[in-house]
Amino acid sequence: MITLRILALAAALAIPASGLLAQDLDALRPAPVNEETQAPRMQPMRNTAEREVRNYPEQPPLIPHAIEGYQVDLNGNKCLSCHARARTGESQAPMLSITHFMDREGQFLASVSPRRFFCTQCHVPQHEVKPPVESDFVDIDTLLSRANPGGTRR
Amino acid sequence: MTALDATRPPSRLRRLRQFALDIWGVLRRPSSVFSLGLLVLAGFVAGVIFWGAFNTVLEALNTEKFCTSCHEMRDNVFAELKSTIHFSNRSGVRATCPDCHVPHEWTHKIARKMQASKEVWGKIFGTIDTRDKFVDKRLELALHEWARMKANDSLECRNCHSADSMDITKQSPRAADTHQRLLFTGGKTCIDCHKGIAHRLPDMRGVPGWQ
Repeated sequence: MITLRILALAAALAIPASGLLAQDLDALRPAPVNEETQAPRMQPMRNTAEREVRNYPEQPPLIPHAIEGYQVDLNGNKCLSCHARARTGESQAPMLSITHFMDREGQFLASVSPRRFFCTQCHVPQHEVKPPVESDFVDIDTLLSRANPGGTRR
Repeated sequence: MTALDATRPPSRLRRLRQFALDIWGVLRRPSSVFSLGLLVLAGFVAGVIFWGAFNTVLEALNTEKFCTSCHEMRDNVFAELKSTIHFSNRSGVRATCPDCHVPHEWTHKIARKMQASKEVWGKIFGTIDTRDKFVDKRLELALHEWARMKANDSLECRNCHSADSMDITKQSPRAADTHQRLLFTGGKTCIDCHKGIAHRLPDMRGVPGWQ
């Protein structure tokens, strides 16, 4: 009797579960969840010298060039060998902003603050990929220049 | 007293000296058995054999296989090389240890090999036989290599990367601009900017251009 009940329960659970599997769960995933899909091809890094426009003023600038093999650790910082204040004359690279000299109390130090030393915590390079999800992000200037910035009320 | 002296065999040092004198005597006397032609020919053949053997051994000691037969090289610098572009890259062309660390031209190669005999001393006395010892000595070792490459205008880089064959239009804009401004004008040499491309960097505090 008990076995029969367990079987019935299992059957009741199994039917919706199998229905779920058959469904197209996610448009980004070309196969059911229990199947392994092929990983997308790795793409090269963007490698230019042109700065990218920031999407909002507080955005950490993107790195427009490849940084493969750049060592940033206790021993040294490859990024700073071009972007440090004293190096910008020769490298013609933009100097890292003065905010990077500030400690957590807002005091300016003589050189880069330890908490701002690891560049890739905020600054990232870009790969040449087609985003799988389209973004309809518009920046604040575009928004404000619209005839009706708040959007039409419905 | 004198009778005892005569019966005693000559000391080892004296016998050695006598042996050396005998050899010298043979060498400075003209040969009475062999013809001059045979002696010249024998000398020539012996020379060829010696020269061939010398260069064969030299080349055998000038390979990555030999370098990495010591754990100091295999576990530290060679392990680090493997993740860099000089070991792993899109076209599969790669540099081995002597390509960068030993001059290719014979005279300079011998000079470098004589310098490197100090490394045998280091190996015997375990100068860098642990990871900690290696890390502590890393700056000194790196400074030697940087000084050597600075002095020979990065010759080992230029053995493959010739400025004449460098098409800067194929480079990224920032690389093209920098090479044009600093490399082609002779203002800088490769190693001035490209430090730490094949191995990890030592503590760079105090190294010009780094902080």
